[in-house]
Amino acid sequence: MITLSETPLDVQQIIQAATRLQAGAINAFIGTVRDNAKGKQVLRLEYEAYESMAVAEIQKIVDAAAAKWPLQAYAISHRVGVLEPGDVAVVVAVSTPHRADSFAACQYIIDTLKETVPIWKKEVLEDGEEWISAHP
Amino acid sequence: MNTNMKKYTVLAFGIAKDILGGRQCEIELPGNTVSALRTALVGQYPALAGLRSLLIAVNSEYAEDGVLLEERDEIALIPPVSGG
Repeated sequence: MITLSETPLDVQQIIQAATRLQAGAINAFIGTVRDNAKGKQVLRLEYEAYESMAVAEIQKIVDAAAAKWPLQAYAISHRVGVLEPGDVAVVVAVSTPHRADSFAACQYIIDTLKETVPIWKKEVLEDGEEWISAHP
Repeated sequence: MNTNMKKYTVLAFGIAKDILGGRQCEIELPGNTVSALRTALVGQYPALAGLRSLLIAVNSEYAEDGVLLEERDEIALIPPVSGG
């Protein structure tokens, strides 16, 4: 399951979607909005996505993960829209027969997602705003 | 009229949307490669040159510089991504 959502993520439901009886390990990464950046207070993050391509790129990452580790199931959801500190921005949940593979696959998926998937966030601080990573 | 001119519709996201002044723009150029399109866009919107990277996607796939464009392609300007 791969989704982009304009409404708050239901972490338990995403983990459930990655659960399989034949898997002894479920690993979930939950990315949340920090309340601070560069020593300043974060008011909100504004996420946007090139949705059709974002879903396709996440699928490619999952396919690559499935070629490296014995994934039994996966569920990945990313928020779009305006998020406030404490909100969940992304959940990656995977299940594998044993735990080591679940840690490795989950880390690979979130690390690669951050590098290649066309999703952007604008950070709004108390004294200004910027698109994250846009400039050198 | 220069019949070699091709008109492309380009979607823009993130900071590229701010620089172009909208979610999509049309651009005409005398070429049909990804690199020709990028050169034309940077010429028209110099602030694009200041970005850490500027990729172009064609029909939802990242495209190398030499990829050929068709006027009906869905073309998107992909500034540095920052999901997660």
